[in-house]
Amino acid sequence: MIPASFDYSSPKTLSEAISLLQQHGADAKILSGGQSLIPLMKLRMAAPKHVVDINGIDGLAYIKESGGFLTIGALTREADVDASQLVHDRYPLLADTAGVIGDPLVRNLATVAGNLAHADPANDHPATMLALGASVVATGPKGARTIAISDFFTGIFTTTLAPDEILTEIRVPMPQAGSGGAYLKVERKVGDFAAAAVAVQITLDGGSFTSAGIGLTNVGPMPIKATRAEKALVGKPAVESTIVEAARIAAEEADPAEDLRGSVDYKRSLVRVLTARALRLAITRAKGEH
Amino acid sequence: MSSTTPRTSPEVGGMGHSIKRKEDARFLRGQGKFVDDVKLPGMLYLDIVRSPYAHAKITKIDTSKAMAIPGVLAVVTGELLKQYNLHWMPTLMSDTQMVLPVEKVMHQGQEVAAVLATSRYIAADGVQAVEVDYEPLPVVVDPFKALEPGATVLRTDKEGKTDNHIWHWEAGDKAGTEQAFAQAEVTVKQDIYIPRINVASIETCGCVAHFNKTDGKLTVWMTTQAPHAIRTVFALVAGHVGLSEEKIRIISPDIGGGFGGKVPVYPGYVIAVAASVLTGAPVKWIEDRIENLQASSFARDYHITAELAGKKDGTMQALRFKTIADHGYTDAAANPSKFPAGLFHIATGSYDFQHAFMEVDAAYTNKPPGGIAYRCSFRVTEAVHAIERMVDIFAKDIGMDPADLRKKNFIKPDQFPYKSQFGFEYDSGNYIGALDLAMKRIGYDDLRKEQAEKRAKGELMGIGISSFTEIVGAGPSKHYDILGIKMFDSCELRIHPTGKAIARFGTKSQGQGHETTYAQIIAEELGIPAEHIAVEEGDTDTAPYGLGTYASRSTPVAGAAGAMAARKVRDKARKIAAYLLEVAEEDLDWEPGKFFVKGSPSKSKTIQECAFAAYTNNPPGMEPGLEAVNYYDPPNLTYPFGSYICVVDIDKGTGQVKVRRFVAVDDCGNIINPMIVDGQIHGGLAMGLAPALYEEINYDADGNIQGGSLMDYLVPTSMETPSWETDKTCTPSPHHPIGAKGVGESATVGAPPAIANAVVDALWHLGVRHIDIPITPPKVWALLKEKGVAE
Ligand SMILES: Cc1cc2nc3c(=O)[nH]c(=O)nc-3n(C[C@H](O)[C@H](O)[C@H](O)COP(=O)(O)OP(=O)(O)OC[C@H]3O[C@@H](n4cnc5c(N)ncnc54)[C@H](O)[C@@H]3O)c2cc1C
Repeated sequence: MIPASFDYSSPKTLSEAISLLQQHGADAKILSGGQSLIPLMKLRMAAPKHVVDINGIDGLAYIKESGGFLTIGALTREADVDASQLVHDRYPLLADTAGVIGDPLVRNLATVAGNLAHADPANDHPATMLALGASVVATGPKGARTIAISDFFTGIFTTTLAPDEILTEIRVPMPQAGSGGAYLKVERKVGDFAAAAVAVQITLDGGSFTSAGIGLTNVGPMPIKATRAEKALVGKPAVESTIVEAARIAAEEADPAEDLRGSVDYKRSLVRVLTARALRLAITRAKGEH
Repeated sequence: MSSTTPRTSPEVGGMGHSIKRKEDARFLRGQGKFVDDVKLPGMLYLDIVRSPYAHAKITKIDTSKAMAIPGVLAVVTGELLKQYNLHWMPTLMSDTQMVLPVEKVMHQGQEVAAVLATSRYIAADGVQAVEVDYEPLPVVVDPFKALEPGATVLRTDKEGKTDNHIWHWEAGDKAGTEQAFAQAEVTVKQDIYIPRINVASIETCGCVAHFNKTDGKLTVWMTTQAPHAIRTVFALVAGHVGLSEEKIRIISPDIGGGFGGKVPVYPGYVIAVAASVLTGAPVKWIEDRIENLQASSFARDYHITAELAGKKDGTMQALRFKTIADHGYTDAAANPSKFPAGLFHIATGSYDFQHAFMEVDAAYTNKPPGGIAYRCSFRVTEAVHAIERMVDIFAKDIGMDPADLRKKNFIKPDQFPYKSQFGFEYDSGNYIGALDLAMKRIGYDDLRKEQAEKRAKGELMGIGISSFTEIVGAGPSKHYDILGIKMFDSCELRIHPTGKAIARFGTKSQGQGHETTYAQIIAEELGIPAEHIAVEEGDTDTAPYGLGTYASRSTPVAGAAGAMAARKVRDKARKIAAYLLEVAEEDLDWEPGKFFVKGSPSKSKTIQECAFAAYTNNPPGMEPGLEAVNYYDPPNLTYPFGSYICVVDIDKGTGQVKVRRFVAVDDCGNIINPMIVDGQIHGGLAMGLAPALYEEINYDADGNIQGGSLMDYLVPTSMETPSWETDKTCTPSPHHPIGAKGVGESATVGAPPAIANAVVDALWHLGVRHIDIPITPPKVWALLKEKGVAE
């Protein structure tokens, strides 16, 4: 658990960081919270020649609503999300998620941006952002571009970010009236990655679902957006039979593999159970009952 | 009954006072001194190349690329050690273990070579650069298959060895037990597996070895629970290369948890010593977490087939265990020599059986060696788990409440001292008292009502009991030794002229709080305030010889030595007091801290005055000074006990088991420091919860370790542990000088079956008779699904 040697730089501005990335290309790695990168380096599963620490760049840590979005900066920590009243009041799905990532020590350093950029299907925020229909801002030599989260992940640990791009902001659409969300995760112990977890975000109008987002964590090689289950909700009344049917479909959309966290059957069943439970909780929240 | 009033004042802080732990001042400030804090000028660093294969021939070790790295000084291989005949070493069980292999590796993670470098980082680079060619051999993982005829013979190093059988051991009365089973009204039988686990202490293992070429002295700072025994082992094993015992100094500094895992001698220690002897430079070796989990000695791994026979009215009559012990590639347990299966034959537990018999067969497999006692006195945990599970199964089969069945069969208070069918003499106990208190504390009858209501609604709730008896404090020299060294322990007590003291012991605290509790024992005996009694352990150049700390033996053995040494001091002080007061010794009475003349209490001499006189005004003809030594050979073991009750709720959708409540009633005899006892119980319960629901080390068919890092080896945190509810009864040990019994391990031993019994209790009506620990959510869910009740 001793990393290989590497060079380190700590740029003070975004443009400085981007030119370092340009200069070192594939040999460079961005360091933000370090909670995924450093363990990989210590296990020598990653051995970047150059580490570009972006923690010294000002102005990248914020959570605020603007322009119809909740915007989260690149250096916003999980602990900041967890501590945000705004998030707890209006984005319960996000609050649930930040509260179950790792443990308090991890959350003090880990960033939401890093959690997405790392593109580990076991990470919790990808599913959450898929359910929320978020987008991310990538800043590179040619300026900034926006990427829909559903176009962001391309495989295990891979994204559409170019090697010289930095994920600088996450944008979550502001919820309409009658919205609610929830994140439910089964983990073997605190700090563990999910055996399975489900993110749901729904909007109700007149007792029926007008929109629905469902994201699944760690039940496939990539985070999964359960689009068929989402479709099974929209336009339907928010009653038990609708929930049960959507949960059944979400389980079908999961593509888990057997490992120490459980069998394929177990994980698939968890997706069904957690989807139903998350939907019930999201509904009570949408109705302002929770 | 639980708290007796202390005899000494809070200022003196003798027995029964919850004084704060002396050692915590430095631990809380980060000022402890652990092995990895030792830094010596010119120190070199060692890192180890480990095998990716569970069984493979080594065809080539190419060190050239590693040696080319600036800062890499040497690569130690088995061939090099072979030149000094140090490539193999004996285990504490008189088996043999490779230090570094010459021919083949026998488990994944085994040491293959070691890189010596000028920094820890360079050493790690060197490890990566060593190229080893392996030729995989057939892997034997399952101990049952290992014992089948025709199985691949693993220990080809042992001349004439034609199988993988290590030893057979049996105890009890075979014929009588067989007859009892043949005639019994009811018999129950169950296979019970106690999985392989690792102690996962916060501090991993390591050492700094320093051989001084000028004076030939070897000093080793080492994570060991038994420094004196280690010194002797080193002297015996390495005598041929010139290490003689007076030139070996083992220092066991602050230790960050041992739990049995720091009793064995690991190859890393020996390689570091060899590297220091070869170079003359100090050499540090510190295991990382993954190495610790994958290659340090494992615990448990017993496959037990248990049978119980009795009457329909609930009388339990006979017990029979047949067990396969998986020891990995060598038996590296740390049991008393006469007992290869440790004290597993405590298996009749808290119950009055008429017949009992057990047999154990040990097998070699391609797994790391061990069989150590993880926070337990030599296989007691395995025994308690099996008997407590069997009692529950028997109760349910005859339709009796498990609490009633236990009470009916307990050894009764008036039966002590009680001779068990396996030959142990239980010193004292009040099992019904502990169970009654636990039932009252948890509200047993109400819980049973709640359970019935919940069950009617389809909810799954269970209540589990464990009424365990421990057996600790090894042990009487007649039966207990390790490599021939008797299992006594010792105290050397010296009183200074101003009445303060230093006491040194042959044990070694790894977090237990000896600096505090030993001082309290002496304070109790002499009335010298505990804060003025310095306690030292762990340095073989200064401390008296003792067998170390494990198996809850410190208080029963070394603690007794402390009390006896203090009594010797008091006897001499009495002579001095008599001289100073100009009376006969018989005319003096003692109360903690002073002698006074019978009938005239104002005529007195304090222990401090006696101490001063011992150096300034000693009676004519008497040796000056005030000190004493005691080597304590206990007359018997001590038998702590308790009753634990656990309530669980099961989530039918996820299979998760939630421990809703857990009441632990413990009886460890007289208590030295109630706060420390509570701490030991809390920690022990968490370590009992761990294997019950979380921890396990498994291997796939190729011998690849599963769960070999803290990512998958699920050590529970405060978030997983329930809020423990503790209480106690007090039944002193009649043979121990201060009536104490030892408490470090009770909870680890007693907790797992309470939890397992609760889970099975929740599922019994569905037809579930037993679940092997750890009871994980996927396991529970699979049962729920099979029984058609999963959400
Ligand atoms: C004990 C432990 C438990 C954990 N448990 C969980 C859990 O339960 N759920 C969970 O979701 N996660 C968990 N994690 C992972 C944690 O949340 C990580 O911190 C997170 O995945 C990465 O965020 P980071 O800021 O630490 O990124 P880093 O580790 O600094 O970086 C991760 C990767 O992303 C890249 N990167 C980082 N920031 C950016 C950026 N702004 N732009 C482009 N690329 C970037 C890095 O180059 C690197 O490749 C755990 C980690 C630990 C150590």
